[in-house]
Amino acid sequence: MEALLKKVDYQVMPHLEDKPVMLECQGLKKVYPTPKGDYVVLDDLKLTIKQSEFVSIIGHSGCGKSTLLTMIAGLNELSGGKIIVDGLEVRDAGPDRAVVFQSPSLLPWLTAQQNLMIGVNQVFPHGSKAERVEICKYYLDKVGLGNDFNKRPSELSQGMQQRVGLARAFALKPKVLLLDEPFGMLDSLTRGELQDLLLEIWQKEQITAIAITHDVDESIFLADRVIMMTSGPYAKIGDELVIPFERPRNRKDVLEHPDYYDYRSYLLNFLNH
Amino acid sequence: MKNKSIKTLKFLGLGFLEPLIHMIDGEERRKNATRFVKGSLLPLVSIFLFIFLWHQGAMALYNSEAKERIEKARIEQGEQAALDMKACIESGEVSCQPNTLPSPAKVYQAYIALWQDHLSISQKKSEFKEKVSETNAQREAQGLDPITYTGRPSFLDQIGTSLKTVAAGFLLAMLIAVPIGVVIGLSDSLRTAFNWLIQIFKPVSPVVWLLLVFMVVKTVIKDPSIDKSFIISSISVGLCAMWATLVNTSMGVSSVDKDYLNVAKVLKLNIGQNIFKIVLPASLPLIFTGLRITVSVAWMVLIAIELLAQSPGLGSFVWEEFQNGGNDSNAKIIVAMFVIGIIGFVLDRIMLSVQNLMTFNKGIA
Repeated sequence: MEALLKKVDYQVMPHLEDKPVMLECQGLKKVYPTPKGDYVVLDDLKLTIKQSEFVSIIGHSGCGKSTLLTMIAGLNELSGGKIIVDGLEVRDAGPDRAVVFQSPSLLPWLTAQQNLMIGVNQVFPHGSKAERVEICKYYLDKVGLGNDFNKRPSELSQGMQQRVGLARAFALKPKVLLLDEPFGMLDSLTRGELQDLLLEIWQKEQITAIAITHDVDESIFLADRVIMMTSGPYAKIGDELVIPFERPRNRKDVLEHPDYYDYRSYLLNFLNH
Repeated sequence: MKNKSIKTLKFLGLGFLEPLIHMIDGEERRKNATRFVKGSLLPLVSIFLFIFLWHQGAMALYNSEAKERIEKARIEQGEQAALDMKACIESGEVSCQPNTLPSPAKVYQAYIALWQDHLSISQKKSEFKEKVSETNAQREAQGLDPITYTGRPSFLDQIGTSLKTVAAGFLLAMLIAVPIGVVIGLSDSLRTAFNWLIQIFKPVSPVVWLLLVFMVVKTVIKDPSIDKSFIISSISVGLCAMWATLVNTSMGVSSVDKDYLNVAKVLKLNIGQNIFKIVLPASLPLIFTGLRITVSVAWMVLIAIELLAQSPGLGSFVWEEFQNGGNDSNAKIIVAMFVIGIIGFVLDRIMLSVQNLMTFNKGIA
């Protein structure tokens, strides 16, 4: 167990060592007013993430993980502190922080391609129509929907819908990719497939990513660093764990890694206390 | 081919014919035959039962009315008059027929009579057109209005006028209610501000709307050549019927899925894009549910409004028949009743099809 790296030390992650900081949360606070007085969800939360780093956040339900993510996305107001993305303070939501929601949240009246197009139009307004269509098709092809450009969400399975959700997020070319329990609603087989797919595309795009999850194995498999949040109220970061497995990863190698079960039991131990 | 025709039938609301198609196709004949009997023959049986009961009821009323007449003649004018009256009723003489609920057979006769009447009027019309065609050409050359047929409209003409009035009223309701509903739905404060108005005006009776519209239109439009009664009745129909669409639209707009709105926020869509690309498409199903209710309300209040506004149409047809008390007036009123019901049903079916087209969960290819 002593071999585990609990403090952030980028020397074991040579690919991140000289990368600039992409996202910084300083003294983050979130208070929800209730009839019985204020409920403090997050208090004085600090978090620094480097460019191209993949971080997963794990914690019990209601600990404020999703609150943190929606605050970074700009969909939830801060009660205190600030969030800086690529040197600029976050004021509201924007396509530089793409979100993959737990439910696919595709617009049901649009086809898969149109669902991507609506975002691509916003991000690349100066490109020609053909170029924008090309971008949509490229990412839909990447997520394995090369034959389903013109299908509507109702004609796609839940797993396929979430593939479109991933494609939509990547097509925005965001600075930060925010994943809010992206595979929580899927069955375990589909979940595995989509985790592989996510890592595959992420490996190519090298986008800073934050994934919220309930699933200990998922958090290890995906991330360079797992952040464990204490239970609310007054939730903060309780512990961190660096996962120095080599990239690109594949599931078999990760599962067979001699340290894998040490990491796993460390995380489970944290969650059970 | 088979699936396509089933799809079309279902779209048209004729889904009960589906088992018949399966049966013709030769699959599970027994099961589909039972389904067909259940779906189509049972309604037919109930229709016959309805007509039978109606006939019995009408006969009973007829007999009691006839008895009363004979009895009255006996008391007032003696035995001979009573016998005369009895003979007169049995001979089917028009002047002494009991005036009561007409039997199905009489209603059918009235329907035939209305149809004949329509044919003769349209013939008169075309003859008239032929007669005045030369004069009209001359008048047109001189810049005068052409002479038009001013005779009595036939029953079918009345239906046409009614449909036109409803269409105009519906369009008006849609043009008023949808934009206002969207605006109110988007803003909590506007919804609070105008809620009282909607709640108070929604239950107001068609008659009152008519009078209100009458007050305004009579002051605004002074030109006698404009058909005021049509304008008044269509505006009243629109005002009565628009509330369902208004409420549904504002509800649809205000209850758009939060996830969709978050998508719009992340993509930084501007207000216009947000409304036209997210909010409106997301609330279309509810808007069309509202429009469907609006059509049926419009058709229902139309009759009452036409009756009062004295604008031509089914409503005034019913009223005139009731007033002139002719021998077959009652039967004609019942013909009108069925026509009104059937047209209302057809309108509702059309709106249902449009509504289904707008629901995106069904995956329209």
